[in-house]
Amino acid sequence: MSKPRIQFDSVSVSFDTDSGPLKVVDDFTLGINEGDFISVVGPSGCGKTTLMNLIAGFVAPTKGVVTLDGQKIEGPGRERGVIFQEYGVFPWLTVEQNILFGLQLKKSEINKSRYQEILDRYLKLMGLAEFAKSYPKVLSGGMRQRLAIARAYAVNPEFLLMDEPFGALDAQTRSSMQNLLLGTLLTEKKTVMLITHSVEEAVYLASKVVIVTARPTRIKEIIEIPFGFPRQESLKDDSEFNKLKARIRDSVMQEYDHQQKLLVQTV
Amino acid sequence: MKKIFLIATPWILIICLWYLVAWYGLVSATLMPRPDQVGAKFIELMRDGRLGHDILVSTQRVFIGVVLGIVVAIPVGFLIGWYKSLRIFLDPLINFFRALPPIALIPLVIIYFGIDEPAKIIILFYASFFAGVIVMYEGVAQISPIYIKVAKTLGASDWEVFRKVIIPLTTPHILTAFRVALGVAWATLVASELVAAQHGLGALIQSAGSYFQMDVIYVGIISIGIMALFMDLLLRKIGAHLVRWQERVSA
Repeated sequence: MSKPRIQFDSVSVSFDTDSGPLKVVDDFTLGINEGDFISVVGPSGCGKTTLMNLIAGFVAPTKGVVTLDGQKIEGPGRERGVIFQEYGVFPWLTVEQNILFGLQLKKSEINKSRYQEILDRYLKLMGLAEFAKSYPKVLSGGMRQRLAIARAYAVNPEFLLMDEPFGALDAQTRSSMQNLLLGTLLTEKKTVMLITHSVEEAVYLASKVVIVTARPTRIKEIIEIPFGFPRQESLKDDSEFNKLKARIRDSVMQEYDHQQKLLVQTV
Repeated sequence: MKKIFLIATPWILIICLWYLVAWYGLVSATLMPRPDQVGAKFIELMRDGRLGHDILVSTQRVFIGVVLGIVVAIPVGFLIGWYKSLRIFLDPLINFFRALPPIALIPLVIIYFGIDEPAKIIILFYASFFAGVIVMYEGVAQISPIYIKVAKTLGASDWEVFRKVIIPLTTPHILTAFRVALGVAWATLVASELVAAQHGLGALIQSAGSYFQMDVIYVGIISIGIMALFMDLLLRKIGAHLVRWQERVSA
């Protein structure tokens, strides 16, 4: 087996709070291989976002190390695209300018002559062509998230880190975004880490689901998802799919109950 | 057309009311001139050049004071908004000085700096700076960190984050600071000209008051209002263009 591209090595993270240090991640070890689609599920407020921030380079481990191809991660980088729940599209730029933002930075090695081609490609892929010259204020939530994805894709990152990317969307938009994402990954090969509250979403999208414990976050279980790609919406009705979903949900609920008990005790 | 009508209506109502008060003799004619008399005086003073000069002098003072105040308020407000520790440290200080009405400082400024141009500019600078700095730092403190995070993941350097993210996000606050400062500066200017000045709209009103020239007083007051309205309108027009991307509650 090839070496993991991203490696968490006994990572712990503590934050200083008014009532002393708060441990959010504890002794976390996980390798992410090229082409993996990893979903992380667990009780809310347990530090899943911190896992993403560690890879993105926004948070440094208190103990242990996170590496990318053996190199310690020390800050954000273009090879790791991030999609946030709150989209973060730049309201002062048009749809077009948003997509071009990453290309026009000094670090970008993409030649100006290719801008139009890249722009057209992602406008089309994300169904935003008719809004190219509009400001984001006219876009719906789903369209804003598609714009955020287009902007991240434009710089062609090898990794895609997604923190509850579809959490703010309604159910229909959410499933259409899931299928859109799966569709794009067939042509844009990427290694993905997705953090989600939805067990169904986790199973539907991922090649591997990582269940984490209530705070502090540790690995509880890693479950390989046996379904191949491409996947169709009808998979969600499959009995095998639903058995797997139920099993993961129970495991997460167990952790949730455990967390509630801990909360009661501390109160 | 409908819009023009809506804008004109309250003005027409005020003028009608003014005439009514005059015709029914609610206020003696020597104490309150009619709108047409004030209008005639306005034209007369404009013709002999005095009013134009006073308006110019006052506008110039306000302009210089506000520009100086805002030029200093932008970086200071930005730093205080950006660095939380700086805010904790400087917030009470700024609020203390902001709470002092600039008008209350006029006697002090006259004693220290006399009654010439620099004294007026200093007062206006003070008024604009404190009005502007608060707007700036409260605006900057509310900038969501997500845009900076996104820019960094796309590969932006610190300088690029500043130039391409922070400047556009700060622009609306600079414009608001400008507008607020302009309002405060007008109020302060007239007060300072009332106390000590030979020229300017405040001085015009003051000298008219001592000669009991009611029509001139009214001309002066109305001119102040018109100029303030005009400047605010101009700024809003510029602002609407610069921040056309902003989401607003639809009208």
